[in-house]
Amino acid sequence: MTKAISVVGLHKAFGRTRALDGLDLSVTTGEVHGFLGPNGAGKSTTIRVLLGLLRADSGAAELLGGDPWADAVPLHRRVAYVPGDVTLWRNLSGGEVIDLYGRLRGGLDRARRAELVERFELDPTKKGRTYSKGNRQKVALVAAFASDAELLVLDEPTSGLDPLMEGVFQSCVAEARAAGRTVLLSSHILSEVEALCDRVSIVRQGRTVETGTLAELRHLTRTSISAELAGPPNGVAHLPGVHDVEVRGLKVRLQADTDKLDAVLRSLTASGVRSLTATPPTLEELFLRHYTDGEANAR
Amino acid sequence: MTRRTAEQPPEERRAAGLAGTGVLLRLALRRDRVMMPVWILATTLLVAGMPGSLGSVYATAAERAEVAASMNANGSMRALYGPVFGDSLGGLTAWRAGVFGAVLAAVMSLIIVVRHTREEEETGRQEMLSAAMVGRRAPLTAALLAALVANTCLALLVAGGLAGQGAPGAAALGLALAGTGMLFAGTAAVAAQLTESARAAKGLTAAVLGAAFVLKAAGDAGTADGRSALTWLSPLGWVENVRAFAVERWWVLLLLAAAVGAQVGAGYLLAGRRDLGMSFLPSRPGPARGRLGSAGALAWRLQRGTLAGWSAGFLTAGAVFGGMADGAADLVGGNDRTREIIERMGGQSGLTDAFLATMAGMFGMVAALYAVSAVLRLSGEESAQRAEPLLALPVGRLRWAGGHLAVAFGGSALILLLAGLGLGLGHGGDVGTTVAATLAQLPAVWVIGALAALLHGALPAYAAAAWAVAGGALALGWVGPALDLPQGVLDLSPFAHLPRLPGAESLSWAPLLALTALAAALTAAGLTALRRRDLTS
Repeated sequence: MTKAISVVGLHKAFGRTRALDGLDLSVTTGEVHGFLGPNGAGKSTTIRVLLGLLRADSGAAELLGGDPWADAVPLHRRVAYVPGDVTLWRNLSGGEVIDLYGRLRGGLDRARRAELVERFELDPTKKGRTYSKGNRQKVALVAAFASDAELLVLDEPTSGLDPLMEGVFQSCVAEARAAGRTVLLSSHILSEVEALCDRVSIVRQGRTVETGTLAELRHLTRTSISAELAGPPNGVAHLPGVHDVEVRGLKVRLQADTDKLDAVLRSLTASGVRSLTATPPTLEELFLRHYTDGEANAR
Repeated sequence: MTRRTAEQPPEERRAAGLAGTGVLLRLALRRDRVMMPVWILATTLLVAGMPGSLGSVYATAAERAEVAASMNANGSMRALYGPVFGDSLGGLTAWRAGVFGAVLAAVMSLIIVVRHTREEEETGRQEMLSAAMVGRRAPLTAALLAALVANTCLALLVAGGLAGQGAPGAAALGLALAGTGMLFAGTAAVAAQLTESARAAKGLTAAVLGAAFVLKAAGDAGTADGRSALTWLSPLGWVENVRAFAVERWWVLLLLAAAVGAQVGAGYLLAGRRDLGMSFLPSRPGPARGRLGSAGALAWRLQRGTLAGWSAGFLTAGAVFGGMADGAADLVGGNDRTREIIERMGGQSGLTDAFLATMAGMFGMVAALYAVSAVLRLSGEESAQRAEPLLALPVGRLRWAGGHLAVAFGGSALILLLAGLGLGLGHGGDVGTTVAATLAQLPAVWVIGALAALLHGALPAYAAAAWAVAGGALALGWVGPALDLPQGVLDLSPFAHLPRLPGAESLSWAPLLALTALAAALTAAGLTALRRRDLTS
């Protein structure tokens, strides 16, 4: 499998602030890769390094097989970028900006441009400053999806879109993947990540803390179990991988590491189970744990 | 909402319109905590330092009387500085630095007012503030109060610094400068309601200021005592007609006050009748499809409006000043001292040539301001994050910057060409000579533009310092020659090395070529630095 993006041990400091502190990122060609992390974790900095806008202090970064700094211009022919905060020229219309971006990339598909303008319900005659945040993002999204770039780099592209447009966006990403394109999607919208991403990387304080498919990440988390037993619980609290145990008479609530689930259930059934509910971790819990765990470690 | 306000007594409603003014004023003063003191101190030093410098050049009363008489007899000198009303050190200071100081106060005030009104709306920051406990009239009020604070400080410092020359004159000059500042704060307050962008509001106010200068210059070129109707049409003409240090005419200050009041009133009236972010000159829809296809075409599209404005201004001003050239020569007569000073100012033979050469020099120094503003578009594009998506396309940094630099350097050439054309047509003489004279300024203009490019490339956070470079060259050229500053100081300005045209006995190409080479080297260094650095965000 070829890599569209390969970043190893990236460091970047702004003055005394360490924005990237040994970040790793690996995106396989053809996948939609979620890039997640709390605000200020270094996502946008990584993207700017990948686009050759910033030069990394140390570490290796490769984009579509090239050096993002030295080969910036030829690489950008194959990349489309949507920034999180789209600013437009106040006296240029949205249509002019889309066509400018298209021409600078060496032409864009007119039919696809027209179709996307329609799907995103964008008025291309409005001038830059009269667009709302969501409409400015639509201008950048139409320009990106109408291009035939191999790699789409999307930095929180939907933070201003309404749910209807969010749906259009998701189908556009799905079509891009079906066409064999690679997508790096930085996002805080977890339903979007769950619906679109093949794999995700979670960063915190300039480092990658977790990477893998959502199923793999779920595996690393805990399942909440509450059970009513026939007899008193027998040593379940002392099993490895069991947390936050709460026993009230015959009722037990606990959190179990997902890979220790088997032993926990055996211990419970040994006491006899009258009722049992097991809740898999929600995506929110998964991320909150990753976002906050590091903080606990840092302390 | 409307119902509730309708039930409120009118005084209470008015007070609600001003809610939050104090907080906004503190915010404005905090944001301008560097710009304001620097500007005020520089203006004060320029004006209050004048008696010392003049005193060392014209030590005796007889010398001062002579220079006053000869300056008054010279139309081109009057066009630049106004007539001399008193030959005391104070009187000469008011003559030499009054109008220049007033222009500086005006520019400071227009920047302050637009920055805290239209710019806040344009960037969307005002929306957040207005959603808090901020009245509809509070932002404009706070901006005008900030300008008032700055101008009051300026008036106090100038009056204090010149008090040794006579307290009434010092107070009159201080008030005249501050009054002009507030007058253009008022103009900016109106312009900020009319236009949608901060850039256009500043441009509109600056155009009014430029027109005021041209009117005053045209009026003073013709009459020796500031009595011309053209001079009285111009607020800058009022500054000289206050006659500080020469039997002050205090009532002229009332004219300033009335003009401030009228404009501020108009500003409030307009502000009360529009929605947040909207303007009276709104933008129309644009085309659904665009034809822009390169970074260079984009740079031209973004800058062409500004360049058109400068072109019209330079052509008009050239024609006006060209029309004065002969009159200037007639009035001088055979005064040796004047001839000597004019020659130092700008020419070697022939007073008409000297006048035209002085004018060509002025156009050059003002064109440097255009060059800086055009080059610093790069900074603006970068800090507004509009450069980022462009550079994420297959657009190299050199091509991106090259487009804007081409407009800046080519545009400087265009406006100087038009100024020369205007001078020649207005004078009715040989257009080729005057065009050559203004185009000879180009290498020095390019050096300053190239310095701006170097600052943007190497020290992006301090790119705005290029304004100080251009302003310094302007101050050295305008005020320097009469002060007997050491040649080493005058030589710091690239304009000091240019041949004086028309009228130079032999045209020396060496300084022109050297300055052009210097500009090329500075630009290359700036572009190299730009390629190597991180994009700011």
